[in-house]
Parts: sequence; structure tokens; C-alpha cells
Amino acid sequence: MKRFNRRTKVVVLTAAMAVILAAVYTAGIFLPGDAVAGSFLNAKKPPSWEQPFGTDALGRDLLMRTLKGLAVSMTIGLAASLISALIAVFVSLAAAAGSKRLDAFVNWVIDLVMSVPHTILVILISFAMGRGVRGLLAGIAATHWCSLARLLRAEVLQLRSQQYIAVSRKLGKTSGWIFAHHLLPHLIPQFFVGLLLLFPHAVLHEASVSFLGFGLPPEQPAIGIILSESMRYISAGMWWQAVLPGLTLVLIVLLVDRLGDNLRMVLDPHSAQE
Amino acid sequence: MPLEARNISFRYHKRQPWVLENRSLSLCRGERLALLAPSGYGKTTLALLLSGYLKPTKGQILLDEKPLPQKGVCPVQLIYQHPEKAMNPRWRLKRVLEESGGMQQNILDAFGIEHAWLNRFPGELSGGELQRFCVARALLSGADYLICDEISTMLDVITQAQIWKVILEEGEKRNMGILAVTHNWHLARRIATRIVDLQVSEALARPASPDVYFPR
Repeated sequence: MKRFNRRTKVVVLTAAMAVILAAVYTAGIFLPGDAVAGSFLNAKKPPSWEQPFGTDALGRDLLMRTLKGLAVSMTIGLAASLISALIAVFVSLAAAAGSKRLDAFVNWVIDLVMSVPHTILVILISFAMGRGVRGLLAGIAATHWCSLARLLRAEVLQLRSQQYIAVSRKLGKTSGWIFAHHLLPHLIPQFFVGLLLLFPHAVLHEASVSFLGFGLPPEQPAIGIILSESMRYISAGMWWQAVLPGLTLVLIVLLVDRLGDNLRMVLDPHSAQE
Repeated sequence: MPLEARNISFRYHKRQPWVLENRSLSLCRGERLALLAPSGYGKTTLALLLSGYLKPTKGQILLDEKPLPQKGVCPVQLIYQHPEKAMNPRWRLKRVLEESGGMQQNILDAFGIEHAWLNRFPGELSGGELQRFCVARALLSGADYLICDEISTMLDVITQAQIWKVILEEGEKRNMGILAVTHNWHLARRIATRIVDLQVSEALARPASPDVYFPR
């Protein structure tokens, strides 16, 4: 059998990861509500074959709750990182194409936002916006665009100084044409990889802020909420309530992170050599 | 209808010394001018200024007594020393050529551009092959003036001869003005109708008559 080359392997691996993530997400979305209904007869059961993650204090199946919670976290993560990435594109283009003063201002804002720990900023913004999904989205979106904006700005500046852009202008091409044909094809992969790498951060911040009680309301089956509830019972020896949902979250986040790295290798072959 | 640099001075930054000081140069259509000078005499800067890539700090670049057009296809086309930097590395070479706005099979044939090359990316061809594409692109754009900034310095002599042959032929046919910036005295002697040595012209006559003429 012919050996597969590295690129094929990476592509297959990436596709498999994407399928797993999509499966987890759809499972969480389409799970019926009574799958997470409580029953006090079943409360505080350790993991078994019927209920691999055990049940919580209200007798709810923790596997089902974890899946539902992941779907909520992923929705918020996706929406927040999308908004973040769009802010990053807008800001970086303004900085790279605008005046020097605007560029300096944008860099100052980026430094400012990055100098404050994300968690604190997310908590403050989320709290000020009245918590819940809206507050979390605003908080995460407002804090995560900086590094991608910095990356894209550098990329645009570097591209704009290329000789072939200058040649293009002398061949009678307009700025809009050059942007669409020379700049955009370079930026789109950066954008998608950046978006994907923002996603795990967003999910983790959602979970941690919900855990601390500044995010989603307690009735929502988010991972952060599950973990926060489990803290009350962990000293009673009910380890599964915290460990299993927590591990699942870590696994999913790692999966997305690797997916982003792999995608970068496929889209930008230069970085694969690093 | 000459391309003219009139009393131009240039420096890259206020605190830096002048790269060019009060130079004048004119290039007529049908003329082949070779610009000779050692490194650091502002040959490349002059080429960038003449083709409108840089603006002179003082003085003017005039084409038929008017400034160079800012919009549309520029009638003065510059060919860089490094062809791989002058084309988008993610474009196939067919697209690189088409950016000039026209395709003429006879020009591709004259340069010996093989059909299979058109579907490759710039990274897959050698410098000599890429330089043919750059020259072809400039010719296809219908330029009246060609500024060649050491375009054959890094090529072997056979490729050099091939490329220059086509440039000279096309230049003759279309009555183009050609400026060749070079270190190579022999190349200058071979292709030029007039040779300007920046070093000598600076030493001998400045600013009254900055061009030094050498009989061919």
C-alpha cells in the first residue's frame, strides 16, 4: 500500500475532527428536553453503563447535560469568535489603510485591551450588560479581537509594500481591484484560522465566567454552570459531577485548537515547515 | 515626445543625504539609453522615479511635457531586477500575464515561453524564466517606454541575450524608448544608442549639462 503523505494525513485528520465536533454539536442541539429531566430516585448516582457520566444532585443525566451544555457553549463561542474576528478585520484594515494617527490609535487600543486580563474584562462587561447570553457575547467579543487584529494589520502592511502590488497599480488596476485580487486571497485563510483559534478561548471564557456566576443563568445547562454546581458535592465524594464534564470540555477545546493548527498547515504550507 | 527628468533631486527622508541631486535626463522614443554607474549612485532610484514608483523631492518627471498619468495603464513600465518579487506568488503565470490586459501569442513565442509554464506558479520556475514573464507583461501592456533596472544581471549570458534580443526587436517595431540600467559595460555597448555614466557626468558637468555622451 502506498504511504500517505503528510498533507493527506493532516487533511483526513482535520476532516475527522470537524465531523466529531459537528456530531457533538448537533447531538446537543437536537437532544429532547426530557433527556435532562430530573428524578430524585436517580439522584447522585455514580457512573454506570446506563448513565456513563452519572447523575447530579437533582437526578439529571450528566452525559446528556454535558452534551446540551457543550452545544450552548459552542454556540456562544462560535458567535463570539465570529463577532471578534469581524471586529479584527475591520480594525486591522482601518489601521493598515488609514492615516498614521489612526494606526497609532488602533495600536494603543489593542495594547490597552491586551494589558487587562481577559477574564476580568469579560466579567466586567458581562456584568454591566446584564449577564446572560447577551452580556457574555459582548464581553467575549470585545476582548478577543486584539491578537487577530494585530496579525491581520501586519499582514496587510506587509502585502501593501510588495512590488507586485506596485506593478499592478502601474498596470492600471484600481485600489479596489488590487484589494479584491491581491490582498483578499491572502487574508481569507488568515481570517478563518484566526477565527478557529479564537473559538476555544471563547468557549473557555464562557465556561469560566459562568462558573464564577457572572455569565449564564443557573437553569441553563452550560458546562460552567454544571461545574459550579458540582463544587457543592465534590467534598462528599461525588467526583464524577466535576471530573467528567470538565474533561469533556477540555477534550473539545483541544480538538478545536488542533483543528485550527491543522487547517493552518493545509491553507498556509509555509507554516507547516516551522 | 520625450520622457524627461527635469532638475530632479531625491532623498528618502528629510534627515538623509540626497540620493540624486539636481539631475536631468531625457529619453526619446526609439532611443536606447544605457545608464551606467557603480553601486550607490542612485541608478535604481532614478529608474523608480522615471517610472513613477517614487516622487521626486524636487523637480519634475515629464512625459510629453505633462506629469506621468496617475490612473490607467502607465505608458512607462519598469522591469525589476528580481522578477519573483514582482509577481503574486499565489497566482498562476497565465494570470500574471493577463494582468497586463492583453495576450499576444507572438510575444510569448518570441520569449520562448512554453505553454506548460502558464499553468505553473512563480515558485516553480527559475529566475530567467520568470524574468521573461515580467518583460512580456510590460510589453503586453502596450508601454511606450521601458525602464529596465538590471533586468539581466543575475541571468546567464544565453538567457540574457535571448531576452535582450526580443526587447530590442519589439522596441524597434513599436518605436519604444528603452532605458537600461546596468553595471555591465559590454551589455551597454551592445544595446545602447546612447550611454550615460552618472559617475562621470557628476564629475565633469553638473548641473549645466548632466548627460555625457559616448559615441557608439
